[in-house]
Amino acid sequence: RRGNYATATATDITVFQDIIGHNHVLTDPSELEGNNIDWIKTVRGQSSILLKPKTTAEVSKILKYCNDQKLAICPQGGNTGLVGGSVPVFDEIILSTQRMNDFISVDPVAGCVAVCQAGCVLEALSQELNKHDIIVPLDLGAKGSCHIGGNISTNAGGLRLLRYGSLRGSVLGVEAVLADGTILDCLSTLRKDNTGYDIKQLMIGSEGTLGFVTAVSILCPQKPKSLNLAFLGVDTFEGLLHVLRKAKQDLGEILSAVEFLDSACMGLVKTHLNLTNPIGEHEFYMLIETSGSNTQHDEEKLSSFLDEIMTSQTVSDGTIATDLNKMQAIWGLRERQAEALLHEGYNFKYDVSLPTHVMYDMVLDTRRHLEGLCTSVVGYGHLGKCDGNLHLNVTCPQYNQTIASAVEPFVYEWTAKHKGSISAEHGLGFKKRNYISYSKSNESITMMKKIKKLFDPNGILNPYKTLPDT
Amino acid sequence: MARVLVGVKRVIDYAVKIRVKPDKSGVVTEGVKHSMNPFDEIAVEEAIRLKEKKLASEIVAVTCGPTQNQETLRTALAMGADRGIHVEIPADQCAKAGPLQISKIFAKLAEQEKADLIILGKQAIDGDNNQTAQMTAAVLDWAQGTFASELKLEGDELTVVREVDGGLETVKLKMPAVVSADLRLNEPRYATLPNIMKAKKKKVAKISPKDLGVEIASSIEVVEVTDPPQREAGIKVESTEELVSKLKESGLV
Repeated sequence: RRGNYATATATDITVFQDIIGHNHVLTDPSELEGNNIDWIKTVRGQSSILLKPKTTAEVSKILKYCNDQKLAICPQGGNTGLVGGSVPVFDEIILSTQRMNDFISVDPVAGCVAVCQAGCVLEALSQELNKHDIIVPLDLGAKGSCHIGGNISTNAGGLRLLRYGSLRGSVLGVEAVLADGTILDCLSTLRKDNTGYDIKQLMIGSEGTLGFVTAVSILCPQKPKSLNLAFLGVDTFEGLLHVLRKAKQDLGEILSAVEFLDSACMGLVKTHLNLTNPIGEHEFYMLIETSGSNTQHDEEKLSSFLDEIMTSQTVSDGTIATDLNKMQAIWGLRERQAEALLHEGYNFKYDVSLPTHVMYDMVLDTRRHLEGLCTSVVGYGHLGKCDGNLHLNVTCPQYNQTIASAVEPFVYEWTAKHKGSISAEHGLGFKKRNYISYSKSNESITMMKKIKKLFDPNGILNPYKTLPDT
Repeated sequence: MARVLVGVKRVIDYAVKIRVKPDKSGVVTEGVKHSMNPFDEIAVEEAIRLKEKKLASEIVAVTCGPTQNQETLRTALAMGADRGIHVEIPADQCAKAGPLQISKIFAKLAEQEKADLIILGKQAIDGDNNQTAQMTAAVLDWAQGTFASELKLEGDELTVVREVDGGLETVKLKMPAVVSADLRLNEPRYATLPNIMKAKKKKVAKISPKDLGVEIASSIEVVEVTDPPQREAGIKVESTEELVSKLKESGLV
């Protein structure tokens, strides 16, 4: 049900035009089409106003006005979210970071802290930082469209988490505008700073419900001089876990990513995207990436690691990408899963973290549970240092209520029973907020609601998201 | 059955953004990812396919360059070449060796190894010379089939489909011959792990150009290497009238 918010009028539009200029206030429904729907086409809103500010001051003016008028706002970055967090639910005004894409600075001395506006596209930022021989400590499939501000607001995980940790560690500072227009300047470039409460942490992962992130500073690792990628075929999940353990032991500090996909996933990218499997058919495939500062050292380590898993017969088949094109082709098999899945029709997407040893049981149990109901149940994801992050996908030709009620809360109950989290990296957004109690205690949910009230008393920032209805 | 010689060159990886050295003497190669020249990879693949069809008895991969070229040889061996020859040329002298010098090396090796067929990439993506295969055939006085997009070997007769400007040309060659591989000849395989492991045990002979009696100093001197001119930013016009007047101003209409 729509909250008790005002409905935007022609007067409001004039005010917005005065703040950011006529060209940047969009009201033509056809132009708003892409902003009203998520890219996996599962949720649609009916916003009729899209605002594209350029500066923090403009954002501040807009929010102050909206707060006074009780107009609800939906913050939006690249709109690549998977839980409906970045699209309006009713007629919320969309506040986009699209034009806030200025790269601000890299500190000249240490050369490792990058500061930029929230609307920088991850890939563009990554290319800019490459010039300074550093990288963004975050990489994910949507890099070509997602905005860094959105990444931070959702605490995106991605492919490099294993090596560089979560954004909670690498984001050093955030500048955000609160609901009443207050500019919260926490844009520190310090790694060490224990002065009081760390408010910026509340902006990380709160999905724009506590503030609108306008700028960020990020601690960036050196660009590795040497990159290697192995692609392995494994026939059991136990075997895969053995390889993971061995990789952690033998590759140690140069290990930068361990990903996996099952045979059904391989089938999808082959059928729908025409990709080639470079090795033979197996139950599971693993990508193991190393990055370091010395090619010879890394190759030696990788080679002895591969030697051992081959002689122990855990792995019988695999390849090493010898050039960058091959690396990209292999990464494509993993990174383009979400794209391939869309060709199957409607996707029920789950993103759970679980102890690695039970991780794939969830796919098997879900498959059994839904037998005969859906097109396919597939699993892929990130293998971590402790827990694993499974992307479980259930596909069917179009949205289907029978499947929906068979799969939910089944997957959430399964996750809770195995002490996992129902959202490892995608957030709760609109679609999963009412399931928060599977992963969080009542006390902490109550505390979250108090924090929301404190930051946004009128509840204008991204309503109907993150927190449950009741 | 034929003995096949394939040439494999180590070049800056195709996907790397090339940077010119500040003194314009060449491009920056230090700390830059190198891989096998993509056309050479196609040449290796074609040789392996001949062997798999039992038309080739042995594949010898040859590389000319500094110590690091061993990696490139290992890649060829992991794909399926039987043994390697590393003609060692120190890095500082490598730039001096042009297609003529390299073709003389290939010619000598072909004689020494009693090769029947030499398959080379049609060009290397660093120098873009597109000369080594032709020159090698000339030095040896062998038949040549360049820009091959299809290759068939029957007895000592080689049918080569060539990619030429107007379309495809089919030629028949008598072996021994030199073939240069074009992009569409095949899609090179990924080396499998077991083969990567086996490749480590394959034989690689190391020799110097001097051993072959080849002088590598070229008479060609590179005067300067520069970046292509930067594209200038365009302008936006408000109306068709303005567009026409701007076009007239710049003498385009």
